[in-house]
Amino acid sequence: MRVYDEAFVCRSKNAGPFQVTIDLMFSTAEKFHKVLSSANFTAEKIAELYHVSADKVAIKPFERILTVKVVLPRSSSSGAPLDSDVYGSQQHFPLGDLEI
Amino acid sequence: MKEPIRYLSLCGLLGYGYSPVSLENALKEKLDFVGVDAGSTDPGPYYLGSGKGFVKRLQVKRDLALILPHIKERNIPLIIGSAGGSGARPHVESVLDIIGEICREQQLSFKTAVIYSDLPVEFLRKAADGHLFPCGGSPEFAPEKTERLCNPVAQFGTEPIIEALKGGAGIIVAGRCCDTAVFASYPIWKGFDPGLALHAAKIAECGALCARPVGANDSLVVEMYENYFTVEPPNPARCCTPDSVAAHSLYEQPDPNCFYEPEGKIDLSGCSFEALSERKVKVSGSTLIPAEKVTTKLEGAEQAGFRSITIAGLRDPSAIKHLAEIEAGVRSAVAESATFVKPGEYSLRFLRYGVDAVTGANEAPEENFPREVGLVIEAIAPSQEQADALIGLARSKALHQGFPERKATAGNLAFPFSPSDFSGGAVYEFSLYHLTDLPIEFNVEMKVIS
Repeated sequence: MRVYDEAFVCRSKNAGPFQVTIDLMFSTAEKFHKVLSSANFTAEKIAELYHVSADKVAIKPFERILTVKVVLPRSSSSGAPLDSDVYGSQQHFPLGDLEI
Repeated sequence: MKEPIRYLSLCGLLGYGYSPVSLENALKEKLDFVGVDAGSTDPGPYYLGSGKGFVKRLQVKRDLALILPHIKERNIPLIIGSAGGSGARPHVESVLDIIGEICREQQLSFKTAVIYSDLPVEFLRKAADGHLFPCGGSPEFAPEKTERLCNPVAQFGTEPIIEALKGGAGIIVAGRCCDTAVFASYPIWKGFDPGLALHAAKIAECGALCARPVGANDSLVVEMYENYFTVEPPNPARCCTPDSVAAHSLYEQPDPNCFYEPEGKIDLSGCSFEALSERKVKVSGSTLIPAEKVTTKLEGAEQAGFRSITIAGLRDPSAIKHLAEIEAGVRSAVAESATFVKPGEYSLRFLRYGVDAVTGANEAPEENFPREVGLVIEAIAPSQEQADALIGLARSKALHQGFPERKATAGNLAFPFSPSDFSGGAVYEFSLYHLTDLPIEFNVEMKVIS
């Protein structure tokens, strides 16, 4: 199963012009914990997918609503000459394809 | 027992619209004030840099024209935050102009407080000397950028708005300010708990985005009590649930358990969300940990040239397969012909929709080529004229560029439009997105608009 299959909400958006945040919401505690504890679901692995350094990747679980937030640096700031996604709203891939 | 406060957040962003039913329902009970946030950095740096609004004038006018007679009739203030989208002087002036037009059309007049947040270059020079700290992932500030910043602004918090409220303003047109300041100022002024007031404000600033179905284009009613607050959408088609409100803490935030404002850190880890009805949620337990050192967030954009683009589609399988060769051929042909611009001063970009335009190098293109590919070619150059000429060259070269196995020798591209090229205007990037520890004074100017 991929992250995109496990989560019922899988979305990305700017958190300011220099960061993107990916929200993964799960319908059951089982799925939430399954993804969080997966050997693939680490800052290192996600950093590799997005070509950023692992110390700039944060994984923040929010158990109250069975949600995991991933914060990543943007490769170029929102709307700058090299940017391809001003709102950052389609950057939940490649994370969505990560196998759990 | 403190008299509770009831306020209306008109919509998630001034100009996004709201249902007249929401307004009618919200007005059935007493209201202490109406607020609406108008600002966002989401649409990118162009709007701050150019001084233009990302919401059109007619949209803003519609939203204001509906509410102004009601706040006049009830004698309650309307607070507009980050007026005009980015809150710099040209944005603020544009909103004042719209209010003036509505006042003339509806025979209204308002004592209006205007709070500008523009930063003089002298201040920035001082700040650039060791008083600017990266924030939200921004890089270190390069002092040589100081003179190049367009419309640099500072985000103020609740204090200047409270001053405007004390001055008896009927409308407060705030320049760039924190989203929370729009809704937290009045409750804090009236002595309500700042942690609760700021958390309520954080939810309110997005309108009915915390409701289901979500709606940045609709209103939200907040009631402040001594130890809790409630949120409820006035539109009966929407409802707030404990989960929908709790989930809103995630939205566009790096941390769901806290957020930071000039007043300090708002800790949500002890927060509870309780359903009071099927549509109304009670929130308690949010606390403010006051900032040890007051810092202010600064924003500014820098111009990075002018853009021109062309849009085309490809269907020929061989052309799609050899797109990289086509691109390389176009690049070298443009470099040869573009004698009107220095080689290091322009850039060309090929966005291959259907292949890798959206996630770029983060994902390897699929092995099988798609049946159709959308191509956007972009040129950025020091002047619009140069960018337009570059895209003219690139477009004609791309149309006729040869490549191996070429069968469609009449042309490689399907242009959907004539003219095929579009001038995109100035390009900006955020280069000031930093905190400063220097004190900044925000003046409140009072005037009558009629």
